[in-house]
Amino acid sequence: MSARENILSRIRSANKVGEIRDAIGGAVEDRLTTHPASPLPDLTWNDTERFKQRCEDAASTLDEISQMDDVPEAVSRYLTENNLPTSLVCWPEFKKLLWSKSNVEAEIRSALGDDKVGVTGSYCAVAETGTLVLLSGQEHHATTSLLPETHIAVVRRNRIVKTMEEAWQLIRSEVGSLPRQVAFISGPSRTADIEMTLVYGAHGPFRVHVIIVDS
Amino acid sequence: MEITSQDFKAVSGAKLKDEKLQKALFQAKDGFVVSRAKVIKDLDNFETIRQAASDVRDHCLAHLDEYLEAWESQAKASGTVVHWAESYEELNALVVKIAQDNQVKKIIKSKSMVGEETGLNKYVEGHGIEVKETDLGEYIIQQAGEYPSHIIAPATHKSKEDVSDLFAEKHQRPRLEDAEKLTHEAREILRPHFLDADMGITGANFMIAETGSTVIVTNEGNGRMTTTMPRVHVAISSIEKCIPTLDDFALMMRLLPRSATGQVISNYVSMTTGPKREGDHDGPEEFHVIILDVGRTRVLGSELRDALRCIRCGACMNHCPVYQNVGGHAYGWVYPGPIGSVLTPAYNGIENAIDLPNAATLCNQCGVVCPVKIPLPDLMRKLREKQYEKDLKSKTEKWSIKLWAYLAVRPKLYSIVTRVMARAGKMLGGSSGQIKTMIFAAQEWTKHRDLPTPRGRTFRDIYVNNKKVNKR
Ligand code: SF4
Repeated sequence: MSARENILSRIRSANKVGEIRDAIGGAVEDRLTTHPASPLPDLTWNDTERFKQRCEDAASTLDEISQMDDVPEAVSRYLTENNLPTSLVCWPEFKKLLWSKSNVEAEIRSALGDDKVGVTGSYCAVAETGTLVLLSGQEHHATTSLLPETHIAVVRRNRIVKTMEEAWQLIRSEVGSLPRQVAFISGPSRTADIEMTLVYGAHGPFRVHVIIVDS
Repeated sequence: MEITSQDFKAVSGAKLKDEKLQKALFQAKDGFVVSRAKVIKDLDNFETIRQAASDVRDHCLAHLDEYLEAWESQAKASGTVVHWAESYEELNALVVKIAQDNQVKKIIKSKSMVGEETGLNKYVEGHGIEVKETDLGEYIIQQAGEYPSHIIAPATHKSKEDVSDLFAEKHQRPRLEDAEKLTHEAREILRPHFLDADMGITGANFMIAETGSTVIVTNEGNGRMTTTMPRVHVAISSIEKCIPTLDDFALMMRLLPRSATGQVISNYVSMTTGPKREGDHDGPEEFHVIILDVGRTRVLGSELRDALRCIRCGACMNHCPVYQNVGGHAYGWVYPGPIGSVLTPAYNGIENAIDLPNAATLCNQCGVVCPVKIPLPDLMRKLREKQYEKDLKSKTEKWSIKLWAYLAVRPKLYSIVTRVMARAGKMLGGSSGQIKTMIFAAQEWTKHRDLPTPRGRTFRDIYVNNKKVNKR
């Protein structure tokens, strides 16, 4: 018998099918298709306010603008204020924006090891924890939020959901099956592996800047 | 990994005298404990959520075969290659085979406790393939040729000075003294490896049956890189990591980071489902998952089964007074602290970890903080009973218990013996009221402290006397 068969049959006899299994009950098929909700904590906050608060707690910085067309200006402002390079790579969804008008040199491609700034969108964002939800895909290069030292993420205000559960619900209804990777990102990369001293920029970005757009 | 838990007594004695280690442990002691306490307050119904998580884990274990089969069929549908392994050797050999089939020369690795169990790095290197640990803590101990002393913070036994010396020697660069600079030096050294490694190995905190996904939870971003940059990705996991749905995962995520590091969420939660899709610019061409069962099914069928609910948060060790004083290495295997005291004997045989179930005061700090409500002290007590049944206790201990049992069922004799002992004890202490040295097994006690003498009367005498007085 194969390892797989051996392991599964050991599980069955350990659970003495008909005893422990039935005592605990609950149909597997049913759970997998209806994915029942678990108890939730109090969620009576304002979603945008909570999201902003949690982003700051996670050491992200924030900006709010009224329309997509203002993204290059907001990006340029952030980069100059922080003395960061003004050439960047971004996702195809920002192709049409007038980057050069804001003195930013933008390339539409996935990031390589020495790109300094990456601009991404986000599928949605979770208010409860201040988390960006990025789905990998043809138009959503994963390395752009990972390799550059600065990650700038554009979040649409109407895509801020309350919980991770709501994010899953949205993905189930809009996307169907999961892409290769769903990345939940909450603030810059960090470690405390040396004497519990918190240091940003362990392997991923040193800083994450979130731009919330109204429309 | 080779097990050295038999030496617990001797090693923990030495660790207590190791000043450097004591300093490092002292420094680490409150960090996780304090931040956890703060951040669980953020959930108004923490206990309800904790109970729900415990119930989900129980449900899942009771139907583990069905959930694993469901997971497997979803995983395969998204292009994942699924392997099963019944021994450490089998898992290691599978990894090497995948590497050789793909002409892999260099592997980058994100932290995996299953990999520590199987001794994966040594095995893979033995086949001429380079392995680079990338989690900062794991990188430090790989450079030092050691193994993790904590499941979340693997290098917590090392001081900053240790790391400074180590990096200066290994990197052949000027010695740095600042944690930030040291971290960034490691980043600089490791970055090229992320870019040119052929294969990435990660663990998996969870496998989601609903979607056939694996998830890793990290703060540094090394895990996300390991799953994204190389052309082959292998995730190694074990059967009990399977949970039913994405919603169940959301539930676990309210508890895991809070219990582990005191964060509301870890920085990077990366859920992988299959290899690179058509049109994707990044991601591996091949994605393999190896599911291990060593010891797990045995524990599932035993009275220790609750231990399989563990989500590896480390809270039980952070809160354990024994761990806080001796550190993780004293436990002699992959998992330290209370959960290690249960899993080490459960997976490796109780005769190979004889002292571990006794390395606890049964104060139940671990049971109180465990996010999935594993009754750790009860499990350690069960293991102690087993030691007794298997005749593994020391002669002195067995004789003492037998003697006590004999007396306990003979009240008259018990009363006489205890009276004599109480008086003798008082005499021994003399005017100081303290006994400085004792003999036989009791010398262990007086080696490090004095024993206050009995007052000369037994509890029973005082009780009877008080009753009389109260009647009057
Ligand atoms: S036993 Fe509980 S507290 Fe300890 S590591 Fe596992 S889940 Fe965490």
